[in-house]
Amino acid sequence: MPSFVIAEKCDGCKGGEKTACMYICPNDLMVLDPNAMKAYNQEPDACWECFSCIKICPNQAIGVRGYSDFVPMGSDLVPMMGTEDIMWTCKFRNGVVKRFKFPIRTTAEGTANAYEGAKGKDLDSEFLFTEEETGFKQAAPEAPPVWKS
Amino acid sequence: MALPNQPAGELKCVENPEIIEKEVDILLVGGGMANCGAAFEIKKWADDNTKILLVDKAALERSGAVAQGLSAINTYIGDNKVDDYVRMVRNDLMGIVREDLIFNLGRHVDDSVHLFEEWGLPIWKKDAENKNVDGKKGLKLGLLKDGAKPVRTGKWQIMINGESYKRIVAEAAKKALGEENILERVFIVELLRDKNEPNRIAGAVGFSTRENKVYYIKCNTMLVACGGAVNIYQPRSVGEGKGRAWYPVWNAGSTYTMALRAGAELSMMENRFTPARFKDGYGPVGAWFLLFKAHLENSLGENYAASQDAKDELAKYAPYGTAPITPTCLRNHLLMNEVKQGRGPIMMVTSKALQKLGETMDKKELKHLEAEAWEDFLDMTCGQANLWCATNTEPEKKDSEILPTEPYLLGSHSGCCGIWVSGPNEDWVPEDYKWGDNGVVYNQMTTVKGLFTAADGIGCSGHKFSSGSHAEGRIAAKMMVKWVKNHPDFKPEPEMSAQEAADLVWKPVKTWFAHKDYSTDKDVNPKFCKPAGMTMRLMKATNEYGGGVGSYYCTNQSALENLMELFQMMHEDCEHLAAGDLHELMRCWEIFHRIYTVEAHTRHIMFRKESRFPGFYYRTDFMGQDDENWFCFVNSTYNKETKEWSMKKVPYHRIIPM
Repeated sequence: MPSFVIAEKCDGCKGGEKTACMYICPNDLMVLDPNAMKAYNQEPDACWECFSCIKICPNQAIGVRGYSDFVPMGSDLVPMMGTEDIMWTCKFRNGVVKRFKFPIRTTAEGTANAYEGAKGKDLDSEFLFTEEETGFKQAAPEAPPVWKS
Repeated sequence: MALPNQPAGELKCVENPEIIEKEVDILLVGGGMANCGAAFEIKKWADDNTKILLVDKAALERSGAVAQGLSAINTYIGDNKVDDYVRMVRNDLMGIVREDLIFNLGRHVDDSVHLFEEWGLPIWKKDAENKNVDGKKGLKLGLLKDGAKPVRTGKWQIMINGESYKRIVAEAAKKALGEENILERVFIVELLRDKNEPNRIAGAVGFSTRENKVYYIKCNTMLVACGGAVNIYQPRSVGEGKGRAWYPVWNAGSTYTMALRAGAELSMMENRFTPARFKDGYGPVGAWFLLFKAHLENSLGENYAASQDAKDELAKYAPYGTAPITPTCLRNHLLMNEVKQGRGPIMMVTSKALQKLGETMDKKELKHLEAEAWEDFLDMTCGQANLWCATNTEPEKKDSEILPTEPYLLGSHSGCCGIWVSGPNEDWVPEDYKWGDNGVVYNQMTTVKGLFTAADGIGCSGHKFSSGSHAEGRIAAKMMVKWVKNHPDFKPEPEMSAQEAADLVWKPVKTWFAHKDYSTDKDVNPKFCKPAGMTMRLMKATNEYGGGVGSYYCTNQSALENLMELFQMMHEDCEHLAAGDLHELMRCWEIFHRIYTVEAHTRHIMFRKESRFPGFYYRTDFMGQDDENWFCFVNSTYNKETKEWSMKKVPYHRIIPM
């Protein structure tokens, strides 16, 4: 379902330092028309429908419309990103609506422990940094073969 | 209206780009799980004056195969034995795998999963009553590394709330490496060898997809890990839906092509993956089989996979076909047989599975079960959820069709094509599976000195998935630091000058400017070809002759010879690719990468005269598994100067007993 931009809602992220959808699209599809100050999907048939642009848009200005070659009309899928959860509204062609809330992370954004400044000890061992820290024991095959005579 | 002979993209190319030259010790090419692992690990081992640069075609926060999220971590060893992990991978890939690489991955992968949990990835747990608990409530039951019990689906997979999986992993990677050491929206397109020392990496060249700039980067060592290959065979949907590939559509085979053009030896490139998934939306099936215990039925309502006919067919592929878990390719093979016999469509019986699970549940638990079923799609394949909405499909009431997709090339999922790399420096690794430089073994180094790979890049060791890819990036990072320490005086002198490299990268732009005014249409002009057209040409040719969906994955010597002739003309015509804007220039280099990668794939298929992976592809002139002649790896190399491929058999050594 290629993403599309709702003209009325898009302001080209003119208040921000970057156009959010253009910044995030993994396939370089979302672009800004600087004259209209509106974004658009420049190659809808290369859209993986990953929803990255939709989730990041500060104005909820991006939607999806099912691929014309196999998706019947009338459905809608709307995510709302929170700091801990994502809320989904799933609207069926026949009018049924389902809502789901799923956790997305258990820590505050920006707090992932990268062990900055920490250093490993033995560069010649097979241990990764945190394995060295936790005293991980190096596994070997239960019946190791002997290759040299 | 204006004449349609102007570039379509917003960011127009200029005739002469700015050339940015950089020199670093360690270059990380790609921004997916592997390079995020490398970014996390590398400074833990490197001196503070080591220069490291990560270059990503997209934005780290949402790049690579995990961009959209995942609903499970497919490789977590936990209480299992690493030996059994090797046995599982070996059986699924029909016997021919590098057990040293798989074992090494297996003993390190859990450490990455423990980090993900520490960083904030919600991992489902089993509570005291054996119920599934997710999110923060799951965390309250303890950490995996302290022995908390994950929710297993099958023996190796654990369930997660994984919508933000990549964002979390990228956050740790960025903090560890430093944002000043990351270049986003720069596409590396060609690796450069050293002028003075043969078969040694010295740098890479690429360009920005945001500014008219070419990046010429010298380095001492490099990790190339930019995913597998998608849109190399005609997809089942050829209109707007061709972007709805199962694997990420932006994976252009760059890992394989850049490595092979640098002279790196490839292995098992004949192996491919054609996953049986929910038709059209390509939603995941793993949870449906393993968590919800659904099964497949043919049009007669038969559970065909449990029939005597199926058992007899699987026995032809012993010992793999007769193992307790049927290999992925053979499950496809049985499905394809049903379809070919006219007993399709094949349906995933979601209705009966959920009804059965619901029999013992109260209303609240039923609601949670429904949410689990939807989350499986919404965490990783939103489009499948939309397809259910659009077709009024409530899985507890209506079943959905399953069909194998078009072929993909990858080394991290249930496929094992890729680059031939050294194993770890352990006594149990055969001598011919480990190598390095000056007597030092460098695990995960390719046959090109100083060039490392990971994840989809490493051949002969599938089933590493997201967690294993991250762990492999970390392993490579440590090795590269060691490489730099052991090669302190190396001064890279790439085979091409900065100007020569820029001319190579910018050739499609020069072609555009030279001929754009000849025709009144930007795409229809006999003086050049465009990447969009070349992509369709490639996918049509591979589909028709290389065992695509159009022939039920069948091919033979004559068809492959036709394909080789077509490839030759595609290579020649790629000299005339044209790009008027930066997005189109990216597409030019992607199709260039795709063609070499799928050529390697089909050359390997041509060389291996058996059908070892039925369900993935068939050599109709050599049906069946031929252990006497083909129980070995197939490796290939490409010579960029002479444009010649060479193929060979390489012995398989068993490390873990059957």
